Amino acid sequence: MGLQITLTVNGESVTRVVEPQTLLVSFIRETLRLTGTHVGCDTGQCGACTVHIDGRATKSCSLLAVQAQGAAIMTIEGLAAADGTLHPMQAAFKTCHGLQCGFCTPGMVMSAVDLVTHHGCRPGQMSEQQVREALEGNICRCTGYHNIVKAVQLGAAGMAA
Amino acid sequence: MNARQGFIGQSVERREDSRFLTGKGQYTDDITLPQQTYAYFLRSPYAHARISRLDTAAAAKAPGVLGIFTGEHFKAVGGLPCGWLINNLDGTPMKEPKHPVLADGKVRCVGDRVALVVAETLEQARVAAEMIEVDYDELPPVVDTATALNFSQPGLAVHDEAPSNECYRWGIGDEAGTDAAIASAAHVTTLHFRNNRLIPNAMETRGANAFYDPHADNYTLYVSNQNPHVERLLMCAFVLGIPEHKMRVVAPDVGGGFGSKIYLYGEETALVFASKTIKRPIKWTCDRSEAFLSDAHGRDHVTTAKLALDAQGKFLALRADTTANLGAYLSTFSTCIPTILHATLLAGQYKTPKIYCEISAVFTNTAPVDAYRGAGRPEATYLLERIVETAAHEMGLDPAEIRRRNFITEFPYTTPVGLTYDTGDYEATMGRAIELADVAGFAARRAASEAQGLKRGLGYSAYIEACGIAPSSVAGALGARAGLFEAGEVRVHPTGKVTVFTGSHSHGQGHETTFAQVVADKLGIPLDDIVIEHGDTSKVLFGMGTYGSRSLAVGGTAIVKAVDKIIAKGKKIAAHLLEAADSDIVFEGGEFKVAGTDKKVPFAAVSLTAYVPHNFPHDKLEPGLNENAFYDPSNFTYPAGTYICEVEIDPATGHTRIDRMTAVDDFGNIVNPMIVEGQVHGGLAQGIGQALLEHGIYDTETGQLLTGSYMDYAMPRADDLPSFTVETAGPESCTPCTHNPLGVKGCGEAGAIGSPPAVINAICHALGVKDVPMPATPYTVWKAANSLRNSAAIR
Repeated sequence: MGLQITLTVNGESVTRVVEPQTLLVSFIRETLRLTGTHVGCDTGQCGACTVHIDGRATKSCSLLAVQAQGAAIMTIEGLAAADGTLHPMQAAFKTCHGLQCGFCTPGMVMSAVDLVTHHGCRPGQMSEQQVREALEGNICRCTGYHNIVKAVQLGAAGMAA
Repeated sequence: MNARQGFIGQSVERREDSRFLTGKGQYTDDITLPQQTYAYFLRSPYAHARISRLDTAAAAKAPGVLGIFTGEHFKAVGGLPCGWLINNLDGTPMKEPKHPVLADGKVRCVGDRVALVVAETLEQARVAAEMIEVDYDELPPVVDTATALNFSQPGLAVHDEAPSNECYRWGIGDEAGTDAAIASAAHVTTLHFRNNRLIPNAMETRGANAFYDPHADNYTLYVSNQNPHVERLLMCAFVLGIPEHKMRVVAPDVGGGFGSKIYLYGEETALVFASKTIKRPIKWTCDRSEAFLSDAHGRDHVTTAKLALDAQGKFLALRADTTANLGAYLSTFSTCIPTILHATLLAGQYKTPKIYCEISAVFTNTAPVDAYRGAGRPEATYLLERIVETAAHEMGLDPAEIRRRNFITEFPYTTPVGLTYDTGDYEATMGRAIELADVAGFAARRAASEAQGLKRGLGYSAYIEACGIAPSSVAGALGARAGLFEAGEVRVHPTGKVTVFTGSHSHGQGHETTFAQVVADKLGIPLDDIVIEHGDTSKVLFGMGTYGSRSLAVGGTAIVKAVDKIIAKGKKIAAHLLEAADSDIVFEGGEFKVAGTDKKVPFAAVSLTAYVPHNFPHDKLEPGLNENAFYDPSNFTYPAGTYICEVEIDPATGHTRIDRMTAVDDFGNIVNPMIVEGQVHGGLAQGIGQALLEHGIYDTETGQLLTGSYMDYAMPRADDLPSFTVETAGPESCTPCTHNPLGVKGCGEAGAIGSPPAVINAICHALGVKDVPMPATPYTVWKAANSLRNSAAIR
């Protein structure tokens, strides 16, 4: 028995009928075909599915689609400017080589943007250790986090500029 | 930077990043085909059992079900092949029981594939799978590596073909000479340890999407895989009997592999088989929980090692006796890991005159074990660097000094275990590491830690690895059933733009950037004029794939050889255009020139002439400008380096903090330092993960995997690790490879190979104990720190 939900995704209003058990991440990937949001585990641990819900980074595997009724969701596809200019955090990940296989990257970037936005992280304000602790919910197997930490610090500077 | 030269050696930003950063990557699960159907595998809940009844009738009638496949369907096809034959000490071949696509009346590990259900939706497939009725007659499982051979009751072995559970017993080196040297040595250090089982955990789980086109009578398989051509060859020729030219395998964007996606697995094989019946595309994406159970695992060795030294600390002999767990079935390369990729590395960086290593490889009721980042070389490095450091402490020698006294200093050097190192400068890498790690300041830092009630220790590891796998003739003599060359094709278009096809596969390594840098330099054209294509058997002529840090050394060399052919042909075309002799033409800066004159013609004019051959030397050349090359290396490459780890331990909690991790590597020449350093960072994280966090644990009574999720298997997270000090292209310590044209050695695995013993050596040094098992969890370290009176304290 489907339920109708209406929400905003990357600035556009969408209305769809979903099954009550459909996870938000499945709705994003399968129904909306926004495949930049990834599934890396089945226990809410890896953070590859992180999106913004009403501006806060949230693991979209841990909500039902129906719980997002009325919410404003931003996925990695919605982060760059309309003209394609990368968000400062995306640009910083490229500059710092903060990604290798790219699979954890969308979730990592969405977490990093939230981290900066909600922790008022400006240059010099957030230590390396604070960045590391704040990214504890996003697992990367490729980079050893070394360049991700640098990217988040550079991205923070870019967002403040 | 001049766009026409000097890309090699520059940290060019990656060309693949934009799609990954904007969510436009196309991983296997992102691909949904028209009329898509979905697959679910019913897996065994038991580690070891006979299937006495398997009834799919009710499940077949469940809503949405399109087909159910069991072992019965696969009776007529082959098993999944093992690619490397190892012979026993007596010359007889290893035991090679069938590795069925789906269980053939018996399950041999938790997660073994019992049935494939195909349905309209994944939910329907899952529900139907629950309705399959299976009666299992449980058997006692064989789990523990060290005792697998003691568990050989009749009829209860993992495979009937291997009644003692032993796959092979293999050895290399001079056993009698080694034992004699140990018997008469001034000092012998003995260590007994386990190299802990690891679970690879690429962040993208395995997945596949297979379909059959009845009109063309051909198959297409999208699969998250590191070597699509080998996947196709093995599946077609050895299992399903599909003509190789009737199958296309595409490995699109792949979210990490680390070895686990080298192999041909039963899941995608079953999908391809079923696709002809279902006549619609079938997609399967592995859950993380399934991945823990069904991906090939890594390591899992139990070893006793003895190092004999003279009174001055010179190594006289090394003996290692290892039991290697191969799991329930022989995965594609499993048999060569403890042997060819492990025992042959036991000389390390040292002139040890006598070495003997014996390997007993055992079947157990656990997931298959195969190559995981480093593949045998981390096990060898752990063995050697732990025992060398332990010997140094036992003899009261500085760990750097004992290494210095034993370093190989003259090249080429042939080891007692079958390898010939072409080049290296081990003193230089160690010296640089000592400098960068500020070993001189350690004593002061230790005093500061002690003042706070904390323990501080320093550990070394001087690793070597054999990469650039491999000279096919050598590999073949050692039992490989495949060649290990690489293929490359350079297609110059009429306008001078270039598409390069490589048999290497990139799943995070950045080949689209690195390979383009090489070609841009060789052809003197901008990076933007070059596209790198890989991962599709319909585009790339052939490939052996990416593993063993071989892509640039072997795949890159194949590309260089194809570029050389392009330039050679281009010279002849230019000679014709410039009315000069072929031998007078030089190619530099993207232009063909008549040497010693100002007569020249640009690359794009030559390529246009090749495709619009109005004025062309038809008597000497064919039109077109497209060349391919196969490169089979004449030797392995030998990256080496020294890693120094400094830890601080809180003895009250057992928590180990890595304060400094310094890695100095000699990878030969470097094409993109940024990418190479990134490879080292990732390897270090996996090596530190092995040393401190990760452990694949099976319950010895039931054979259940106890570490089957990220709740239980401790993946390294950002706050578990420090920032690293990495030097990969130091002018003092770089020795270019002598036998490939780029002078490159390979960098993908070094971090994971070199770091575990450095970490454990540091912990042992901090606590003043002889050994701490991996992973050195807080509890393990706390026990070691608080039971010194009962342990073999060495100082």
